[in-house]
Amino acid sequence: MQFFGGSEISPSPPAPTAAGNNAHMLYVFNRNGVCLLYREWNRPLKTLSAQQDYKLMFGLLFSLKSLTAKMDPTSVEKGNLGVPQLPGQGCSFHSFRTNTYKLSFMESPSGIKIILVTHPRTGDLRESLKYIYNLYVEYVVKNPLYSPGNPIKCDLFNTTLDQYVRGLG
Amino acid sequence: MAAAAAVYSLYIINKSGGLIFYKDYGSAGRMDTNDSLRLASLWHSMHAISQQLSPVPSCSGIELLQADTFDLHCFQSLTGTKFFVVCEPGTQHMEGLLKHIYELYTDFVLKNPFYEMEMPIRCELFDINLAQAVQKDRVALLGR
Repeated sequence: MQFFGGSEISPSPPAPTAAGNNAHMLYVFNRNGVCLLYREWNRPLKTLSAQQDYKLMFGLLFSLKSLTAKMDPTSVEKGNLGVPQLPGQGCSFHSFRTNTYKLSFMESPSGIKIILVTHPRTGDLRESLKYIYNLYVEYVVKNPLYSPGNPIKCDLFNTTLDQYVRGLG
Repeated sequence: MAAAAAVYSLYIINKSGGLIFYKDYGSAGRMDTNDSLRLASLWHSMHAISQQLSPVPSCSGIELLQADTFDLHCFQSLTGTKFFVVCEPGTQHMEGLLKHIYELYTDFVLKNPFYEMEMPIRCELFDINLAQAVQKDRVALLGR
């Protein structure tokens, strides 16, 4: 699995895919399912409490991943449904679309999951998620006061993220 | 396996998540009956959860799932029956194919007096027409 090259942030972030601000929310999970970060920009409908919402989201991603790993029509040896898989192993997915939103998903080799929920007509956001991952590495992982596995409380990261997502399609 | 297998497989699940029809058009590896049943009901629940997580009201569930090696297009009828095809990434006009399959289902399955609702589909005419529809889709793809 090839990953993002050098550690410095690429000088020009990937171009926005459409006009206008249409991001709804962003989640960052670690590999244990702890929600490290939740940001929301536009979410009129809330049905669950925050904790329940994170759990449901992580559960959805986890199960969808085991579904895609089992359904993969190009590989012969897939193992059983729900067999534990390391990040990068087995067929994963990068986005799904409903009539009201589009969810883009990225998992790093260390199991950090970044989820961005946007307007359904947003284009491919894989490059943007990689850029957000790079922001995470720069502003959170390299922050000496941050201990891994804890929720992210880093203002600089939040402002940079807000800025980037607002400029995004 | 056919080189032009744009469609890998087709599933039809009833409104409670039970698999009532499954057809494979040449995916690698074997999927036994139990696996296809499990996948179908898993899809049913993922579809329902995706509606709950919507940031805006009146969400009707996943329409397109883009995985690394395939696309999954899903169509839900008004009665809750779900049709979904697994196809090659980037395959176009699958919505049209799904609508057509739904038409075939209403014509050859629902109008069949021997068919019991929500039960597995065993209708020869449906099979024949479905094979033609998927075949035609493949020919259209080859002709591009």
